Amino acid sequence: MKQLMQGNTAAARGLYEAGCSFASSYPGTPSTEITEEIAKYDEIYSEWAPNEKVAMEAAFGASLAGKRSFCGMKHVGLNVAADPLFTVSYTGVNAGMVICVADDAGMHSSQNEQDSRHYARAAKLPMLEPSDSQEALDFFRRAYDISEEYDCPVIVKMCTRIAHSQSLVETGERKEAPARPYVKDIAKYVMMPGNAIKRHPVVEERMRRLQDFAEVSDINRVENGTDQSAGIITSSTCYQYVKEALGDKYPVLKLGMIWPMPDRKIREFAGTVGRVVIVEELDGFIEEHCRALGLRCEGKSLFGCLGELSQNVIAEKLGLATPSGLKLDDSVKIPARPPMMCAGCPHRGLFFTLNQAGCTVLGDIGCYTLGAVAPLSAMEMTLCMGASVSALHGFSKAGGKNVVAVIGDSTFMHSGMTGLANIAYNQSKGVVIILDNSITGMTGHQQNPTTGLNIKGDPAGKIDLESLCRAMGFERVRVVDPYNLKECADAVKEELAADEPSVIISRRPCALLKYVKHNPPLKVDGTKCVGCKSCMKIGCPALSMKGGKAHVDATLCVGCGVCEQRCRFGAFVSTAKEGE
Amino acid sequence: MTTKNIMIVGVGGQGSVLASKLLGHLLTARGYDVKVSEVHGMSQRGGSVVTYVRYGGKVYSPVIDKGQADFIVSFELLEAARCLSYLAPGGQIVTSTQQIDPMPVLTGVMDYPENLLDEIRKSGAKVDALDCLKLAETAGSPKAVNLVLLGRLSHYFTDIPQEAWQEAITACVPAKFADLNRKAFELGRNA
Repeated sequence: MKQLMQGNTAAARGLYEAGCSFASSYPGTPSTEITEEIAKYDEIYSEWAPNEKVAMEAAFGASLAGKRSFCGMKHVGLNVAADPLFTVSYTGVNAGMVICVADDAGMHSSQNEQDSRHYARAAKLPMLEPSDSQEALDFFRRAYDISEEYDCPVIVKMCTRIAHSQSLVETGERKEAPARPYVKDIAKYVMMPGNAIKRHPVVEERMRRLQDFAEVSDINRVENGTDQSAGIITSSTCYQYVKEALGDKYPVLKLGMIWPMPDRKIREFAGTVGRVVIVEELDGFIEEHCRALGLRCEGKSLFGCLGELSQNVIAEKLGLATPSGLKLDDSVKIPARPPMMCAGCPHRGLFFTLNQAGCTVLGDIGCYTLGAVAPLSAMEMTLCMGASVSALHGFSKAGGKNVVAVIGDSTFMHSGMTGLANIAYNQSKGVVIILDNSITGMTGHQQNPTTGLNIKGDPAGKIDLESLCRAMGFERVRVVDPYNLKECADAVKEELAADEPSVIISRRPCALLKYVKHNPPLKVDGTKCVGCKSCMKIGCPALSMKGGKAHVDATLCVGCGVCEQRCRFGAFVSTAKEGE
Repeated sequence: MTTKNIMIVGVGGQGSVLASKLLGHLLTARGYDVKVSEVHGMSQRGGSVVTYVRYGGKVYSPVIDKGQADFIVSFELLEAARCLSYLAPGGQIVTSTQQIDPMPVLTGVMDYPENLLDEIRKSGAKVDALDCLKLAETAGSPKAVNLVLLGRLSHYFTDIPQEAWQEAITACVPAKFADLNRKAFELGRNA
């Protein structure tokens, strides 16, 4: 029977059925659930790696040793792993190796909306692009056969709408892939110039053969239409939008393999239709290729390169009617509801401290990026994983003063350590604050090298942040509790005044972790509250003003006490003693 | 049959995941083609959350576009208002009357719109509004708002028998909470 399955779950199922037995990934929305689902299969060894480059290299090592391997990441993670990617294209693989990259058009949870299809062309690797959960399962399974037949890793590209939508899937059985013996082959696997020069032509020949595959494989298919005046070339979720908007009106060339493209098939298709319309999100990747083939086509001139497309956008741009929804009277203003730090979030106290300290805050990637949002507004830069620490060094060397970097524990393990090494080595001043909430928070609670647990929640190695920083040469390393505002304020003040670089570890586990015990909620003593709104400056979702007095939402409050420390009138009282 | 569209909207953490899981199970078991789509990650941190549930003979797009929702099931009044443009002509809103202040309201930059329910009705939308939080508390837990809403929604699905909903609840809810959720469902259905 068919089951309703999320794209990421289906991807994991496909890997499982293909006999994959090694997976190493770094979490990143919208790719995270693939590896979380893999972890449920005992037949596959799975792990969270410190970052995507490590994950890809580990997956390559497993392939070399003869096991079908996998690594998964979000689009920006592939930037981190780009170094091994470009050269594993040259070495090829032993057992099959599959890489998943998940793009985030619309930037639901990302810092950019780069189009990862360019990597397939640049690194000269095949890339498959499923358009629903069934194809996710099928393509991940097929990717191993392609990988082994053409001796290269295969990239499967997901996107938010495929990764996080559920559709019906027919599952199959796991087929064990016999281990391929490792054979020493220096000419193939040692990529120094003399060897790599000989591998490059192999890569080019492989891509030519893969193009032949793309021409004949059913992975790229033509669907007939009733009106030949136009034909659509599309892939991924855009295929679904096209079918939704146009039904069987125009013929469709649906590409399941986005690189290399089937030139002959594209030309033939274009020859049977009047107008060629390319429907793709973000860059004109297919469109540019079609133009290079000398075809007249339209795409980006109609749909643009920003954000996600949808059925209505396609219908509208192709001159069809679209439904219009209802609307409120113009006088009604609907306030936005941006995401915010949870009640009891340990980051709040620290960011409030930084806000009050008036220092420059260079930020990083994680839940704590929300420290940039009003009323805390205590982050002035966020670029990519680890950039806070590295940029702090440059900022300080260039004369910038009164500046701190804030970075989470998982992000620090991912890419912060190397930046810290640069500060230690090239001797700049500045304060690095590691926000240690003992988990990878934003992506939904994944373990990391500082938590002492592995992907399955079993005991694992644990890196001690204090020892690590001291070993790098930092004399000033101190730990604070972010629920204690005075302790935080003193630490930030003293370390900013110090004449050498320092590390503050702001340590308290994420308030959403199941093992965290909360205090009873606070409540406001209305006779003491003067309505000064001092507590509102911490931006806690459990706090609001009602009738001129502060009010605590008891269903949200976890009794962290940060608001209590803000109140000069002692208006916040614990509900713990009630009923005694 | 033509594809039917249900949007579930609310604030991160309110329980829309279970609601969509239950609907997905129910509609799949009825033999429909089904797609359920949601967005994870940063938006979940107390922000607006939207889930799309689509079903019919053959469903292509995983998302619901403007003017296409046959139903908007809303956990919070402001979120129902925010998604009004997605409602199809003749579409039905089933909403909790709960109001949760977003950050711009908490910080005093904006006001929570007054008489919002009336404003939504003025747009021409059919609105079925009920105090789901109160009903959920009556059932035994404020967290059962999702089942109260589904109970109310079930009222409009005359072609789906009660037993099918009950089976979906059994399949999707942990056994120890099944009775509580059934009660919440009934309270919503009969409200």
